[in-house]
Amino acid sequence: MAVLNEEQEMLRDMARDWATNESPVTEFRKVRANGEPHAYNKDAYATMAEMGWAGVIIPEDHGGSDFGFLSAGLVVEELGKTLTASPLIATTIAASAIVLGGSDEQKAKWLPKLASGETVATLAVDESAHHDPSAIEASVSGGKLTGKKAFVHEAHGADLFVVAAKDGLYLVEKGDGVSLTTRKLTDQRSHADVNFDGAAADKLEGGGDSLLDDVLDRARVLTAAEMLGMAQQVFDTTLDYLKQRVQFNQVLATFQALQHRMADLFADLAQMRSAVEAGLQAVDGGFGVARAATIAKAEANRVLHTISNQGIQLHGGIGMTDEYDVGFYLKRARVLESAWGSSSYLKDRYAKLASY
Amino acid sequence: MATQLEPDIHADEDAFRTEVQQFLAANFPDELKNKGNALAGVDGPTDETPAQKAWREAVGERGWGTPTWPKQYGGGGLTKAQAKIIDQEFAKAGAYNPIGGMGVMMFGPTLLEYGSEEQKMEHIPPICRGEIRWCQGYSEPNAGSDLANLQTFAEDKGDHYIVNGQKTWTSGGQWADKCFAIVRTDKSDKHRGISFMLIDMDAPGVEVRPITMISGTSPFCETFFDNVKVPKENLVGEEGQGWTIGKRLLQHERTNISGGGRLASMMGQSLGDIAKKYGETDAAGELADKVLRDKIADFEIRWNSFLLTARRAVEESKAQGGVSEISSVLKKLGTKLSQERSELLIEIRGLQGLGWEGEEFTDGELEAVRGWLFGKATTIYGGSTEIQNNIIAKRVLGMLDHQ
Ligand SMILES: Cc1cc2nc3c(=O)[nH]c(=O)nc-3n(C[C@H](O)[C@H](O)[C@H](O)COP(=O)(O)OP(=O)(O)OC[C@H]3O[C@@H](n4cnc5c(N)ncnc54)[C@H](O)[C@@H]3O)c2cc1C
Repeated sequence: MAVLNEEQEMLRDMARDWATNESPVTEFRKVRANGEPHAYNKDAYATMAEMGWAGVIIPEDHGGSDFGFLSAGLVVEELGKTLTASPLIATTIAASAIVLGGSDEQKAKWLPKLASGETVATLAVDESAHHDPSAIEASVSGGKLTGKKAFVHEAHGADLFVVAAKDGLYLVEKGDGVSLTTRKLTDQRSHADVNFDGAAADKLEGGGDSLLDDVLDRARVLTAAEMLGMAQQVFDTTLDYLKQRVQFNQVLATFQALQHRMADLFADLAQMRSAVEAGLQAVDGGFGVARAATIAKAEANRVLHTISNQGIQLHGGIGMTDEYDVGFYLKRARVLESAWGSSSYLKDRYAKLASY
Repeated sequence: MATQLEPDIHADEDAFRTEVQQFLAANFPDELKNKGNALAGVDGPTDETPAQKAWREAVGERGWGTPTWPKQYGGGGLTKAQAKIIDQEFAKAGAYNPIGGMGVMMFGPTLLEYGSEEQKMEHIPPICRGEIRWCQGYSEPNAGSDLANLQTFAEDKGDHYIVNGQKTWTSGGQWADKCFAIVRTDKSDKHRGISFMLIDMDAPGVEVRPITMISGTSPFCETFFDNVKVPKENLVGEEGQGWTIGKRLLQHERTNISGGGRLASMMGQSLGDIAKKYGETDAAGELADKVLRDKIADFEIRWNSFLLTARRAVEESKAQGGVSEISSVLKKLGTKLSQERSELLIEIRGLQGLGWEGEEFTDGELEAVRGWLFGKATTIYGGSTEIQNNIIAKRVLGMLDHQ
């Protein structure tokens, strides 16, 4: 666990208390049962924003706390543990694009509303079912953006889209020229193909050539932080279960095969935590971000994949039931594994960054 | 190895092949071509279309759905070579075997080995005709891997038993006509106090409650027995022999789960071909994503060596007679590989391979997702992978506990 300052500890404890008490998995079940396309509880998100969580990476003069990515990651990790459905990550990622690339005017217009929770935003990059920022066809002419974005996270709740076009990132408000096709995935959260048909677009002129990559790296570390919370939760729940469940007149935890399995997962989880925290800290430090973010997301993919499978396996039959929570983590895990870079993509990116 | 076949066997086989072809031409309805057997599994109610019914009856009448089972009980009474011809010709015609389910996969073979003459005459023919669905009453809330810990109790009442207790994870329990169950007849001996008996699912006192699974369907149930009367003729083998019979049945189950048919039928679709459809190819016509290409090849090599292992095991077990502990190796390998395959399909398709519902996904894509989730159960049921490892280590390798 990274060394935290006092503010960060307070933030984490607050997030942990709120997630545990106000947003346990039963809340996600309600969201699922409601079946609304935006797939989150708007009151809950308003509360989260009131607690300052939507402004953690937003500068103070724009209504945020500017605590940074490690702090944002702490909150996101706690929310990941209870599968809290919210547009917090999507909005934070989108905000980071404006922080990095926005003009003073754009920042003044949007960041306070993102920090207060009044506006929900999301990043739209990929145009196919696979993450591939090198294959962007969306284009802008005369201030109008045209193109199709696939599987955009939190699209139904979004008021603002940060859209990757051939020549850079643009802000597009929902409304004229923006239409959604729902794509319901295993995680029962909001995903949609978004069609931009001559939608008014406002370019993020700052941030230099690497703006898109820099924003994607932020998306990777924050997503990895959610995955860390999920992996930790599945691990903890499974360990508790093995210590309770009796078969052959002994608790399952006494079987060496399972002891070794859990020891392996524990070691994996330690690596995942180090990688994810280092990724978040790299963003805050502004050094070696691309490499650190790649390692963070790649390790998150690898470890959550294994733990989400083992969580079911080690629970036996009960793990296969909808009544039990562990299956939800599996179904969310694969969606996040695919987001902003599958393992294949990240391995290739790692090698490219290292020039081999 | 070159096999020298006697010319007259060839002639016989050719004649039989012609017979199967003629049978298919006369009986297999076009509208069922390339459809799966919706009724053979445990995962659906028994609504049949008239065509499905006619096809089931035609195959059932000849016993060709259970081709190698003895003719006097309704089987085909055929040789393995003839059974293979049926498989081949059905496959060529796009025809499914309409006879299936737990009766065929595990209960029938076990009853043929342990049942009395009367029991075989009563229960095997309806299985061969696909008329009766069986479910498996083994697991209980506190008897999963430790199956012998089962507590459902059958009290001796002279000419019948009164059964009380709860089973769980009963696949297809809500659709089954009958249940083969292992129950306790003696509380003083863990293993020898177990008996194998057959229970009518519509007997008074039997209640089932479907459980929803992570894949969104409810193919299994909790099953409650409340003073259920079971006649003594429904005891299979001797009282106290249930553990031996029950384990034998599990060997059949494992051999089936690991696959022969099911895995072989998936062989047709190469993952590489699917990946080419979903991803990009380079100038040489190879998959552009080299990491994925490597993963697929790695998987397919191991998949092939599994199929070879399964084939070798079948050949060797023929020499030894029936299923054996090698079924544990096959079960462990086959289930792991099918899970890997489902995961690879998701990787190949990306988010298009994680659809839950909606018209933007093809039926095949959606089925693959549900199959991926359901498939997580294959390393749990029929004796989990960990239990197979224990069996292999202890019984096959002689690595005994230290005590
Ligand atoms: C989809 C599905 C369908 C099923 N259908 C049927 C059915 O039709 N009829 C029926 O009777 N049952 C059925 N089952 C039940 C199945 O057989 C049991 O789930 C299985 O035996 C495991 O038992 P359990 O669920 O109690 O898990 P547990 O026995 O509690 O096991 C939990 C975990 O501990 C591990 N473990 C247990 N003991 C050991 C050990 N000694 N050493 C190392 N690891 C160990 C297990 O491998 C597993 O990973 C079904 C289950 C599923 C999921």
